[in-house]
Amino acid sequence: MISRTTDDYEVMRAGGVAAVIEPAFWLGQPRTTVGAFKDYFSMIVGWERFRAAQFGVRHYCAIGLNAKEANNEPLADEVMELLPLYAAKEGVVAIGEIGYDDMTPAEDKYYRLQLELAKELDMLVLIHTPHRNKKEGTSRSMDACDDMGLAPDRVIVDHNNEETVREVLDRGYWAAFTIYPFTKMGNERMVEIVREYGPERIFIDSAADWGVSDPLAVPKTARLMAERGIPEDAIRAVTYDNALAAYGQSGQFSEKDWLEPAPIDQRDLYGGNSVLRGGQAPVVQEKGLIIE
Amino acid sequence: MRPRPRPVDLPGVRKQLVAWIARQASEDALRWLQDRCAEIAGGAPVAKCFLAFSGAPRRIPKDTLALDETDLARASALRPGWNPANWSVDEAARALLVLSRPADDENAWIRMAEQLFSTADARESAALYRMLPLYPFPERFRARAAEGIRSNMASVFQAVAHRNPYPSEHFDEGAWNQMILKALFTGSVLHKIIGLDARSNPTLARMLVDYARERWAAGRAVSPELWRPVGPFAAERHLPDLRRVLRAGDEAEQEAATLALAQANAPAAGELLGAFPRLKQRIDAGELTWESFSRNRIEGMA
Repeated sequence: MISRTTDDYEVMRAGGVAAVIEPAFWLGQPRTTVGAFKDYFSMIVGWERFRAAQFGVRHYCAIGLNAKEANNEPLADEVMELLPLYAAKEGVVAIGEIGYDDMTPAEDKYYRLQLELAKELDMLVLIHTPHRNKKEGTSRSMDACDDMGLAPDRVIVDHNNEETVREVLDRGYWAAFTIYPFTKMGNERMVEIVREYGPERIFIDSAADWGVSDPLAVPKTARLMAERGIPEDAIRAVTYDNALAAYGQSGQFSEKDWLEPAPIDQRDLYGGNSVLRGGQAPVVQEKGLIIE
Repeated sequence: MRPRPRPVDLPGVRKQLVAWIARQASEDALRWLQDRCAEIAGGAPVAKCFLAFSGAPRRIPKDTLALDETDLARASALRPGWNPANWSVDEAARALLVLSRPADDENAWIRMAEQLFSTADARESAALYRMLPLYPFPERFRARAAEGIRSNMASVFQAVAHRNPYPSEHFDEGAWNQMILKALFTGSVLHKIIGLDARSNPTLARMLVDYARERWAAGRAVSPELWRPVGPFAAERHLPDLRRVLRAGDEAEQEAATLALAQANAPAAGELLGAFPRLKQRIDAGELTWESFSRNRIEGMA
């Protein structure tokens, strides 16, 4: 979300988005110092969370060293030392996104080191599956988790497609789908996947980064599923319930956070009173011409 | 005037924190916390301290620390000016963890604290700033505290500014004035700032009146609390501004302007005040004070 404007937060809130999980990833160009990672992690556990709250959106994140930047080994070593400082913070729901990009030995090394860290800290894992050679990369990502003895139901495999979903489900992992125009998954294909595989252990996420992406992908896909005859409880499962069940295992992510916000906490000053309560219709305020 | 920094009874503070936390945390959580504190006190690697500090709210409740008048008096006896009235239980636990670190090596202690500050999320930042008056080597945290004042997160700003004796003891005039101005700018109340009256100064009064004029020019409201630090330093050239508030302001603003005028030394202030006999009478009778004003007009509104 760090690349998005306040207008994005406003339309997300109006579109019924109660909470977001921002997984640590790369910034479009590689970082050159460990300080850049530190500031980035601080931003997604701090300022971005605060910014989201201003718009009534609860913000959570995953912390990890992404596959691309794992290839700079001296830097990767320094980032690994940084991770324990952030992994246990409030609202950190998983170690992620981690996994493979080119499937180099360096990527494999830091991926496995982070799986070990997740195991040591008893944390969930969010896997980024590669754009290229995806099917093999996905299998290998799960092989590594199996090697480490991680429970499949504590691992979310993201950016699935028609070619990977069967194996991920068969092996007992969570299968997430990132709706991302052109590269990953379009939402018409997504409707057909839900029709074919049903809603169990499947959920959808919106990419909302610096690339061509749509922060409303989840609500739009929900509407498309409804129009195309997917039953309401299945839609709810793949756009809400399953993500809650998967990430809720962290103990850091609960529906109560937005359905029953604590009375406004004067210490946090989050927009607790402006968060949508259950059953309350989202309101879109049309902006006028006047700027005060 | 800047008050002298006060000494801290650190072992007493730690003991008191444990007693308060014990009332609201589960037995398991308290045991976890005390084990971590023992490790840290015994010189465990600093990474242990970071993990425990971050992970504290996973075990310790985030409820407000339930303190009564006796507790607050104890706090003030352990560290004059320390007011944990709005601390949460997990903040108390975080303070306990940090203050368990042996302070025999000053530079090592500062390095640990700096790393905590520089990697902190919003609630951790607030906790770290709230415990400023308890740190060993307090004079080493001046730049850091000024950084907290620059935060755009109200919770972090208020952790430094509200109910915290550190700024009044350590900030120079420039940093102090920025804090007061920023409080108004961000909609934070002034009366919770410790040393608000004692640290006021002519430069601040000038900055505040300029700020009020800027707000009026933009058609925006001005917090009536603005006039409190202005009062004792209100000069002749500020009287038209106060007259404007008395004529055009709402009741709260009129009360604030008269309170300010009653403290002003400018000769014409008395004359202007005399034109509002009803309000002047309430001040003379002790019915209207800055304390009663804060209670009725600021907290009453919140």
